[in-house]
Amino acid sequence: MAEATLSKPAPSGIAALLLGFLIPGGGHFLLRRNVRGALILACVAVMFFVGIAMRGAFFQPQGGDLLNIIIYCGGFLADLCSGIFYFLAIALGYNQPDVAGHVHDYGSKFLVGAGLLNILALVDAWEIATGQKD
Amino acid sequence: MPKLSLTHFETALLFALLTSVVLGVVTKKTDQERIRYGAQTFGYFMAALFGLGWLMYFGHG
Repeated sequence: MAEATLSKPAPSGIAALLLGFLIPGGGHFLLRRNVRGALILACVAVMFFVGIAMRGAFFQPQGGDLLNIIIYCGGFLADLCSGIFYFLAIALGYNQPDVAGHVHDYGSKFLVGAGLLNILALVDAWEIATGQKD
Repeated sequence: MPKLSLTHFETALLFALLTSVVLGVVTKKTDQERIRYGAQTFGYFMAALFGLGWLMYFGHG
C-alpha cells in the first residue's frame, strides 16, 4: 500500500518537472527552494548564454550509424532541456551553422551542458516533490 | 551580440565552476554538505585540468 502511494506521481512533482523544464530552477521555486532555484537558474543561464556568445551550434537529430544517432539525437535532447532559453533563441532566429573552430565547438558543448545541468535540476526537483530528499 | 572568444583554460574554468555549483546544489542534503561537495568537485575538475594538461605536455615530448 505504502509502495503504491510512493510510486504514484504527486501532482506537485509533475508541476515541478514541467515548470523546471520550461524555466531552469522553476521546479525549485515552486517547491519554495528559492536559493537553490536561483543558483540553478543562474548557472544554466550563464552556461547557455556563454554558449550562444561563442556561437555554438544547436544539434539537429540525424540518422546514420548508431554513434551518429546517439551524438546528434542526444545533443538535440540536451539542447532542448535548456527550456525557455532554447525556445527563445530559436524564436529570435538564432541559427548558427556547425562550422570548424575551437570556439564554436566549446560553444556547442556549453549549450549541451546547460541542458544537462537542467536535467540534474529536474531530477532534484522531482526527489524534493516526492519527499525523497529535503 | 559580439562573439565571445575564450581560451581553452578559461572555458574549462567556467565550465568547472558552473557545473560544480549545480552538482553541489542537487547532490547533498544539507547546505554545509552542498558547499563542501561543490568545492570538492571544483577541486577535482582543476586537478584533472592541470594534471591532464601536464600529461599532454610531457606526452608530446
